[in-house]
Amino acid sequence: MSANLLPVLLLPLAGFLFALLLPRRAPELSRRFALAVSLVTFVVSLGLLARFDRTAPGEQFALDFSWIASPKIHFAISVNGVSLWLVLLSTLLTPICVLISWRSIRTRAKEFYAFLLLLEFGLIGVFLAQDLFLFYVFWEVSLVPMYFLIGIWGHERRIYAAVKFFIYTMAGSVLMLAAIVYLYNKAHTFSYAAILNQLSAGELRLDSQEQMLLFLGFFVAFAIKVPLFPLHTWLPDAHVEAPVAGSVMLASVMLKMGTYGILHYCLPLFPNAARQCSGWIATLAIVGIVYGALVAMVQPNMKKLVAYSSVSHLGFVVLGIFSFTQQGLDGAVYQMLNHGISTGALFVFVGLLYERRHSLEIADYGGVATAAPWLSTAFLVTALASIGLPTLNNFVGEFLVLQGAAIAHFTWAVWASTGVILSACYMLWLYQRVFYGVAGAEVKSRVFDLGPREWAAAIPLLVMMVWMGVYSQSFLPPVSKVTAQVLAQSEVNVPYRVGTRPRAEVARAR
Amino acid sequence: MPGDIVMTGFMSGDLVRFLPEMILTAMGTLLMVLDPVIGKRRPAAFGHLTIAALAAGIAGAAAAYSHGGLAFGGMLRVDAFATFFRVLVMGVGILTALASYGFLKRQQAEAGEFHALLLFSIAGQSMMAAANDLIVIFIGLEISSISSYVLAGYLRDDKRSNEAALKYFLLGSFATAFFLYGVAVVYGTTGTINLTTVHALLAVGGSAQGTLLGVAAGLMFVGLGFKVSAAPFQLWAPDVYQGAPTPVSAFLSAGPKAAAFAVFLRIFMTAFAPLGRAWEPLVWLSALASMTIGNFAALRQTNLKRMLGYSSIAHAGYVMVALTARSDTGVAAAMFYLAAYAFMNIGAFAVVGHISGRGERRQSIDDLAGLGQTQPLTAAMLAIFLLSLIGVPLTGGFFGKFYIFRAALESQLVWLTVLGLLNTAVAAYYYLRLLVAMYFRDPADGAGEVEPLTPSFRLALILPAVGTLALGMFPSWVLDFASKSAALLK
Repeated sequence: MSANLLPVLLLPLAGFLFALLLPRRAPELSRRFALAVSLVTFVVSLGLLARFDRTAPGEQFALDFSWIASPKIHFAISVNGVSLWLVLLSTLLTPICVLISWRSIRTRAKEFYAFLLLLEFGLIGVFLAQDLFLFYVFWEVSLVPMYFLIGIWGHERRIYAAVKFFIYTMAGSVLMLAAIVYLYNKAHTFSYAAILNQLSAGELRLDSQEQMLLFLGFFVAFAIKVPLFPLHTWLPDAHVEAPVAGSVMLASVMLKMGTYGILHYCLPLFPNAARQCSGWIATLAIVGIVYGALVAMVQPNMKKLVAYSSVSHLGFVVLGIFSFTQQGLDGAVYQMLNHGISTGALFVFVGLLYERRHSLEIADYGGVATAAPWLSTAFLVTALASIGLPTLNNFVGEFLVLQGAAIAHFTWAVWASTGVILSACYMLWLYQRVFYGVAGAEVKSRVFDLGPREWAAAIPLLVMMVWMGVYSQSFLPPVSKVTAQVLAQSEVNVPYRVGTRPRAEVARAR
Repeated sequence: MPGDIVMTGFMSGDLVRFLPEMILTAMGTLLMVLDPVIGKRRPAAFGHLTIAALAAGIAGAAAAYSHGGLAFGGMLRVDAFATFFRVLVMGVGILTALASYGFLKRQQAEAGEFHALLLFSIAGQSMMAAANDLIVIFIGLEISSISSYVLAGYLRDDKRSNEAALKYFLLGSFATAFFLYGVAVVYGTTGTINLTTVHALLAVGGSAQGTLLGVAAGLMFVGLGFKVSAAPFQLWAPDVYQGAPTPVSAFLSAGPKAAAFAVFLRIFMTAFAPLGRAWEPLVWLSALASMTIGNFAALRQTNLKRMLGYSSIAHAGYVMVALTARSDTGVAAAMFYLAAYAFMNIGAFAVVGHISGRGERRQSIDDLAGLGQTQPLTAAMLAIFLLSLIGVPLTGGFFGKFYIFRAALESQLVWLTVLGLLNTAVAAYYYLRLLVAMYFRDPADGAGEVEPLTPSFRLALILPAVGTLALGMFPSWVLDFASKSAALLK
């Protein structure tokens, strides 16, 4: 069975172009248009899921057009068991972002929704691209709309945050570009599959120093995006200053570009370097887990708290990847999706609170549970999911990651599990301070309960939290297929990958 | 070079190969004559005539290309390389003329001589592109430079414009003198000024001649380095770009620079190619210094034109990286980059000229505040140019940088590549400041002063924007031609 990937990729782009033509004076029209486009895209992407062959490990629905003749650049896209979920995550969250911005975005609504659709296009492209050059193009294209989303519709220090976000990412990605070009000059192709083939056939040989530098070129770009401690400093700024939809897309999908990149490019292409670095990368990940959680605990600002919790959660993902075990990799991918759902939901609810009370300071709240019981319940479910309560989604991912880490190095698991404990501390304490206690006059009058549009945004996320927590079998099998393959590709000490003679020559010599 | 070049004695063939320069000179002269006749009544006519002349010149270049070969006893060499740069500088001329309609009207300085000088300058550059002889190069350089000096001081009541012209003239003549010294040394050593002959002599290799010719190459490097504003000969650029009338700044940063690079490539990749090992470190250093000085100095600027001036130093540095690669890919990359740079930089300068108002009073970054709301089209076009200058994919600037650094890596210039790419990240910061002002700030008081768009100016914005995006999405069209001409250059 096959399906076409082009509609999923191009619908948001067409939506972006068309949204630019809509009249400036009719914001309502822009909102409805963006909602329609993003919903149609979501439905189309569900069609992909239906036709996806869950038993096959490789890339599916591949499309390949020649784009530029010299150097040979192809418009090559396909999905596998990991990128499919990430695409679905993007298409699910975009309509949700449209819904939650309905009231909060009042100025220049037309441009806002246009940029949101362009962002969706860039993000989906990153996950689909199978040509290194194309991947880089999408990687950078997704940067521009996010820059504008933060810069135009953000809070007070938005300009600082937007510029910092752009420069950080740019600095990382130019090094990745250098690595991509270097790889091209050696392999004479940008095609991901062809480079992998050349590697395994021994036609492309990288000596250990080359491999290490190329690995770092890619890894630093991804690590900035993840963000891995100590490259995370742009994230709290970007999150706090971004409008709600920006925060949601940033946390839920954009950070996954980094972890997906590590999984899809760093491990299979440079296995030796990745294995060599796994020690200190895992250490940084663990530092990030603990540091992120500790810093989250003392934040007076809700968005900042959630942002630092992201640093902590993403540490789990990186730790899982660099445990080089099946469980760890599965858990890392699952945790990517979980984080997308639960942290996305946290940002949604924080955004709804802000819309009502116009403050992000925890101290300005209290007693919201009496004023808005349904909002409180929804927030509680999300917070518990984020902590990793069994039967909710994060539990599955964190468990698998910890299991993988324990297999690799037991001490890693011990340190990482403190992150789980700390997450309970900061989340429950946040919940207590915001939702319990006595409601101030301001809270009572302002904070009303969820409206129908807000329910429409919240329900899919809540359903997913429970579904992914209770029945991971719906999601994990295709993921495992891919991660098993990645694990096999990243086997160490295969002669051709350390730059000695290729396998064919070795065989001949015998 | 096409293999079927025959040295012909036929004057007609020679004349066809010289067609673009003849058309431009004739029209330039005609404009001077027409100035008193139609000057005050229909000032826009000069612009129309200029554009028509340049379009005819491009057609002439195409005709010359179809009769490609040597002309005037080997003094001109009409090949793909020459044609590429001829079309490029004339294209630059068209974009400049389009952007000048509104500008000249606003400064109440519409006159035939502006356009005549523009045409003469382009004629000189076009000649430089096709020259195969050091004296012809020198003549082209002088025609182009002297007209440019006058253009830089065109607004004669403006102190800054005067200062720019004087600086440009004094430093420029110095540089030309260096170049001429180099020519003299070459002639003294080899007895020839023909590039092909010099190459042949050097390829055989005489050590004593090699040293002297190395000195000559150094002298020419100084002269041309000045013209392309590469470090350490970049000091004039910010002052001149800031002081000159904005369309002239746009022109200076694209046209003469492209022609000077054409000469640079032609001399150093053909005649002095055998000395490559000797001059490579020189160019390496100059490339790195240009990028770093340009980008870091631009970070602190608040005047838009000055900032673009520093940025043009940095961009010259990127092209020098391509030159350092000393390969066909490098030459092709440099050519592509210059084309992309012409589009994006002229576009950016055009917007600055548009918002600066009468007397060019509004030139600071703050004057862009809220442009995204007051004039969405202008702002969107400037955004495209800026993203291209930063090097964001799907713009010509990105592919330019990509090709350049690819060529550099092919030639094992890993450090230069890494430092150059980090430089582009630094550069992002100051271009972003403009985007910040346009989109993230609200219009300042008196922002309504920005004039409405006229049809000609709309075209002057949309054409380069379309060019920038086209080069970013379908770069093969230009790159294939550039690669072909680069391969034939030797």
